[in-house]
Amino acid sequence: MIRKMYDWVDERLNVTPMWRDIADHEVPEHVNPAHHFSAFVYCFGGLTFFITVIQILSGMFLTMYYVPDIVNAYKSVEYLQNEVAFGVIVRGMHHWGASLVIVMMFLHTLRVFFQGAYKHPRELNWVVGMLIFFMMLGLGFTGYLLPWDNKAYFATKVGIGMAGQVPLIGGFITKLLQGGDIVGAETLARFFAVHVFFLPGALFGLLGAHFIMIRRQGISGPL
Amino acid sequence: MAKHDKDIEYVGDSQVPAKRVPNVAPSYDEYPGKTELFWPNFLLKEWMVAAVVLFAFLMLTVMHPAPLEQVADPTNAGYIPLPDWYFLFLYQLLKYKWASGTWVMFGIIIIPAISFGALFFAPWLDRGPGRRPSQRPVAVGTMLLALVAIVYLSWAAMAEHEATLAASGGGAPVASNKPPADFKAGEAYTKQVGCAGCHGANMEGGLGPALWDEGTRMDKQQILDMINNGGVTMPKGGMFQGTEEEKQALAEYLASLKGNK
Repeated sequence: MIRKMYDWVDERLNVTPMWRDIADHEVPEHVNPAHHFSAFVYCFGGLTFFITVIQILSGMFLTMYYVPDIVNAYKSVEYLQNEVAFGVIVRGMHHWGASLVIVMMFLHTLRVFFQGAYKHPRELNWVVGMLIFFMMLGLGFTGYLLPWDNKAYFATKVGIGMAGQVPLIGGFITKLLQGGDIVGAETLARFFAVHVFFLPGALFGLLGAHFIMIRRQGISGPL
Repeated sequence: MAKHDKDIEYVGDSQVPAKRVPNVAPSYDEYPGKTELFWPNFLLKEWMVAAVVLFAFLMLTVMHPAPLEQVADPTNAGYIPLPDWYFLFLYQLLKYKWASGTWVMFGIIIIPAISFGALFFAPWLDRGPGRRPSQRPVAVGTMLLALVAIVYLSWAAMAEHEATLAASGGGAPVASNKPPADFKAGEAYTKQVGCAGCHGANMEGGLGPALWDEGTRMDKQQILDMINNGGVTMPKGGMFQGTEEEKQALAEYLASLKGNK
């Protein structure tokens, strides 16, 4: 039955080459922890992606309750945390996942760095990886404000204050981040938009490029 | 005009070739070592690792719910902010004299730009053909130094933050400090359910500091101040329920607690 459905779609859209492109690639012995335990260091990249997927899913569920305005933001998070079934788990996953994704990404970066895996011909993939790193830091920074509690508010003030110290363009950066003269209603709306639309959009594109490049080039050989 | 291959048959008037591609996995028998298929062999093992990580992750979320403090209050001048942990090293760097004020160029531009720039352009800075760490001592050494610096700066930021919290009047979460076995909290305290929630039913502390020897740290006026205005985590006024007289009595009672003495 499934076979037939697949053939029906395949006859019309020729999906087999696409599917084989995704499924077919060899996993060399030196990256396989089943053969060499020390190869667990190659898991960090995949785990970063795994946690990223968790972040996307939990974030999608959080936006079902979250209200991005300064009157209701805190109340909506409090409601989510205390009243909604499993709300505390979903928010907890997003909260801890945000730290975990940074940890995993950091370990992945260190693995690539210490193995010199960024060398010719993989320079471009390293650069894309660094851009992903900055996107993740941006997601962490913008997401931190959204609960609109004291911790969020004052940490964001500190962060924007740090950016404001940049010579010449400091004032401009501050205005751009705050959307006004103070950390207030416009800042929250802005951070929400950046956290939920702009950065994830950029992140998807970069992740796609990251994966296409690794598939095209294959994983770096043993040291 | 480009030449068309007239022999290819298409499905209907579409551009999909009628010739089917067989849906079979290639064999990697000819590859060196124990190379295996990504799908489904390796992905299954990868998923097992992911499942273990997911389980540990869920345990963490269940045991430690995400914190939510009080609603943002821009007028709260006493709040001591702390950025998320992965920004701490930068936060700490900008506190040093040689990296702030007139030297801010160092802290905000030169040091971060050089370090992140070097990381970004690592493939062009570290150009040798060797990939082993021993073959590129400069790159590996610089990274190790940077790691030590990041760990130290983050630790210093945390230590300084805790010191400031402790100095700011003790609203900070303090590990419980057990009262003597024969200690019994007075009635002025026990009838305040709001206090007991954080400071413990017998003043042994919890989220808030222990209070059974509070008189050694604060006098009556300071205690009243703390109740009325709140502290770093102590909520403003609201937890106390009762008349002004009862509040006075409670503060007097707390100030009279001098521990074992």
